[in-house]
Amino acid sequence: MGLIAVFLPLFSAIFAGALGRIIGDRATQAITCTFLCVAAIASIVMFNSVILEGNTETIKLMSWIKSGDLELNWALRFDTLSVVMLFVVNVVSAMVHIYSVGYMSHDKSKTRFMAYLGLFTFAMLMLVTSNNFVQLFFGWEGVGLASYLLIGFWHHKHSANAAAIKAFVVNRVGDFGLSLGIFAVFMLFGTLQFDPVFDQASEIAGTTFEFLGHQWDALTVTCFLLFIGAMGKSAQLGLHTWLPDAMEGPTPVSALIHAATMVTAGVFLVARLSPVFEYAPSVMEFITVIGALTALVAATIAITQHDIKRVIAYSTMSQLGYMFFALGVSAYGAAMFHLFTHAFFKALLFLGAGSVIHAMSDEQDMRNMGGIWKEIPITYAMMWIGSLALAGIPFFAGYYSKDMILEAVYADHSFVGNFAFWCGIAAAFLTAFYSWRLIIMTFHGKPRADEKVMAHIHESPPVMLFPLIILALGAILSGYIAYSWFVGEDRFEFWRDTLFILEGNDTVEAAHHVPSWVPILPFAIGLAGIAFGYLLYMFRKSWPQKIANTFKPVHTFLYKKWYFDELYHNAIVVPLIKFGYVFWKGGDKKIIDGLGPDGIANSVKEGAFQIRKIQTGFVYDYAYTMLAGVVIFITLFIVML
Amino acid sequence: MINFSVLSAITFLPLLGAIFILFIRGNTEDVSRNARSAALLFSCATFALSLYMYLHFDATSADFQFVESAKWFPALGIGYKMGIDGISVFFVLLSTFLTPICILASWDSIKERVKEYMVAFLVLETMMIGMFCALDTILFYVFFEGVLIPMFIIIGVWGGPRRVYASFKFFLYTLLGSVLTLVAFLTIYFHYGSTDIPTLMQTDIAEHLQPWLWLALFASFAVKVPMWPVHTWLPDAHVEAPTAGSVILAGVLLKMGGYGFLRFSIPMLPMATDYFIPMVFTLSVIAIIYTSLVALVQTDMKKLIAYSSVAHMGFVTLGTFTLTAQGVEGAIFQMLSHGIVSAALFLCVGVVYDRLHTREMTRYGGIVNNMPAYAVVFMVFVMGSVGLPGTSGFVGEFLILIGAFQISTTFTVLAATGVVLGAAYMLYLYRGVVFGPSVNEDASAMKDLNAREIFIFVPMVALVLWMGIAPNSFLRPMQPSVNKLIDSYDMRFLTREKAAKIEAEKFEDAPVPLAVPEEVE
Repeated sequence: MGLIAVFLPLFSAIFAGALGRIIGDRATQAITCTFLCVAAIASIVMFNSVILEGNTETIKLMSWIKSGDLELNWALRFDTLSVVMLFVVNVVSAMVHIYSVGYMSHDKSKTRFMAYLGLFTFAMLMLVTSNNFVQLFFGWEGVGLASYLLIGFWHHKHSANAAAIKAFVVNRVGDFGLSLGIFAVFMLFGTLQFDPVFDQASEIAGTTFEFLGHQWDALTVTCFLLFIGAMGKSAQLGLHTWLPDAMEGPTPVSALIHAATMVTAGVFLVARLSPVFEYAPSVMEFITVIGALTALVAATIAITQHDIKRVIAYSTMSQLGYMFFALGVSAYGAAMFHLFTHAFFKALLFLGAGSVIHAMSDEQDMRNMGGIWKEIPITYAMMWIGSLALAGIPFFAGYYSKDMILEAVYADHSFVGNFAFWCGIAAAFLTAFYSWRLIIMTFHGKPRADEKVMAHIHESPPVMLFPLIILALGAILSGYIAYSWFVGEDRFEFWRDTLFILEGNDTVEAAHHVPSWVPILPFAIGLAGIAFGYLLYMFRKSWPQKIANTFKPVHTFLYKKWYFDELYHNAIVVPLIKFGYVFWKGGDKKIIDGLGPDGIANSVKEGAFQIRKIQTGFVYDYAYTMLAGVVIFITLFIVML
Repeated sequence: MINFSVLSAITFLPLLGAIFILFIRGNTEDVSRNARSAALLFSCATFALSLYMYLHFDATSADFQFVESAKWFPALGIGYKMGIDGISVFFVLLSTFLTPICILASWDSIKERVKEYMVAFLVLETMMIGMFCALDTILFYVFFEGVLIPMFIIIGVWGGPRRVYASFKFFLYTLLGSVLTLVAFLTIYFHYGSTDIPTLMQTDIAEHLQPWLWLALFASFAVKVPMWPVHTWLPDAHVEAPTAGSVILAGVLLKMGGYGFLRFSIPMLPMATDYFIPMVFTLSVIAIIYTSLVALVQTDMKKLIAYSSVAHMGFVTLGTFTLTAQGVEGAIFQMLSHGIVSAALFLCVGVVYDRLHTREMTRYGGIVNNMPAYAVVFMVFVMGSVGLPGTSGFVGEFLILIGAFQISTTFTVLAATGVVLGAAYMLYLYRGVVFGPSVNEDASAMKDLNAREIFIFVPMVALVLWMGIAPNSFLRPMQPSVNKLIDSYDMRFLTREKAAKIEAEKFEDAPVPLAVPEEVE
């Protein structure tokens, strides 16, 4: 069953890639969707068998790399952590596959799209079911490739290509850290298999090793390096710049890769490696701070953006920040819980946005929307559900998981925990605000699109609405159903030994005993955010502009995304290019060639030219030279004697 | 076991083919056609024979196999001795695999002097194989130098507009280094009376001689690799060489340097190797970063790939001199992987060059629409070059870096930045050529891969994936020889340390003078 769940998406990709052109679009779509649905069902079966029946297993496929003490296998590991991911990935992927049939109906390259989606799903599954660091890295880079291909799917657009390369290269910066972390693990532990590493972590803790010429605490450095990888993939502050640009890809891609699954890989990584990270408390604090800052910064940017997908992209980044600060205080269960619920409601929001974009003839700017809720009522309802879940309104999925995270960081009673708590509360207000800003700008008010577009507006076909409804069910129910498993009383039985928490770090437990205002505050602040959204965009429409004008520098700063792109461009990209030219024209041409081969050739030529001058052809010249020679030799002879 | 001189057969079969082709007569058209077919036939037969040899290769042994020896200059003790071990066997296979591909790649693009071209390639193949098989320093030197001549001719005759400059630069650069190799070999011969490689591996060469010999060998091998700063011949040679010339240059010739380190410098001169390791690391890391940045600003496709080759070979030298199991195996694996991937990348350039006769990236763009199969193939090799896990490029880089990390974290961190830069320049290349809007009409009118080209690429794609997914089939046979290399290297140090210890003990045991004369103020 596990093999089916993991390898069907690969077959789907190979099938669509190799035979798609031959059998046609329709057949390809039908077959790939069927494959993915079967894989999704298989994952549900696996979920049952692992979690309810406790059949944890590892399937060894074949040996991969064996060199010296290093031994790596291709293997699939099915435990609670991986089947949760398996479930999320395959279910959302199946929904996105089905949705794409409708969304991409006007596109020429349907089979290519399906092939990429399958490839992505397979790589993601290899990542989550890995039993060692390197297969995880295989999946990690594999999803990076799929993401690159899908962001640049419309490859005739310059912006799409630029965004695709940016995504790959920025992720490579993260992978640079991750791979160094892996090397460090191998040096310290002598193996890259998860279990032996986890078993030895407590022994290695406290030892030091030499890194870049200094002695450091071994696990602190290792975990820090590994976390850089997580930062890249999960778009945490500093390595986040690729995610908003990734919205150049088709919307189903944004839903699957840049909201529900791939970007959560970093969260998965830290949760998976919890037995190691637990012994690196200073890295955990760092994670908490980065997560908190990401949550807040992304939310402040989201309130100023006009592109509907970018708003949701920043929202994703912000929610990932929540997950990370939960990880930072050892509330792994809470982070995974939010990952789980977020996958549903964020995929729902993206696909809902896709439905809007589809209806509006590919318009993405919210300033050109408005007044369309009556035309596309189902989409409108879906966006409401998604937003309610995102804002953390009671009984929707996000309420359970987001509250849990905030309670856990509060219960940590540390400085960074408090910092994260207040950042999280502030971000919760902004989240509710930008969500309703989005809803009102998109659906309410007077239509701002031109007549041609308005005449075309239509509700999406059933093939697109069906996945929306399934995901909406998830967005409503998943929090309520899964609460006791992920973070409630059943959690020890649920997680078994996949999450490791040191004694005294169990903030999830502590979260159940916080003062009563702590759980109420996020809800209240969410309501305030919604109300503020209504006030500004429904009732006092002139205010947003006024506010923006009054606080012009602040608004510009947020609208320009805190100038991260400009900073990186000027501080890194431009100097590197400049160095490239200097090394090429100056180093290679002038110095090496100039002094080396060309220089020597020239001096030989020059020397020969000079020597040629001696040979004048006049007898008296030669006679004179001979005489001079004879005199010199005789003199020498006499002197020597 | 095989009971005939299989290595000599593999080595000289191409030469036989070359002689055969020389005798082809008739009008130009017929001669060209026959020469092509004959060259393909002989090179394929050589490849088949090398596979047959590999089937009988004992992957568990660290010794030289299929050893054959004959007297050559009996008076001087110089012999004709051939044999291969786990290190050289794959280089022989790489050479025999790439030659038929080169001949197929030149099928249509070489129209003039076809006969001479094919002769040159077959002679080149003989020289390459002979060099990897030779077990006698003088024999090695003959083949090592012999490679230069056909390559010089291939660049100089069938190359691009600046071919004369490029071919002379190539020849002089490499000759300058090689001459010093000969000096080193002769010095060893005069001091130790042998040119036999296995014997010399067991010989303890005097410590004061080692640095000089090492530097003399280094001068030649570093140029071949090429290491920074003696790499500038490579971009010019690649740019001017015909496609197949670039393929062989990148695929096999660059490996001669790395092979030389493994065969001579490390086993014969361990003390000097130890002494010079920091220098090699430094040069490797400079090569990786420096040439990656230069690659980033290239607009000439071939030049970009040439610079990327220097960066990739920087990883090889880094891994080789870590002298850890992972590092050395990674380095050999990286050479093989690079032999396939960069060869294939040059073939990819050749495909579009044949159609449009330009290497400028800006002249292409958006060709994914009219050349979808080409786009897929090119993508596979781009990913192989950036070291995506699952392709051959990853395994080599990963093993090298994991080996290097145990020796020096600083150098590893610096080298690993090359992985980020590599992604940048390769994707930049791919976008420039394959993606983007179709602005050039002639580029948009190009036809997709034809049957011959697909036939060339399919085995290469398969190899890249095979080496990436199941690298053990390549790592296992090389392991005994690599272990032997590292063990004997470590042994030398153990014995030296032991000797030093005994010496020290002797000193301690020496009777201490009873009355120490007091120093006079």
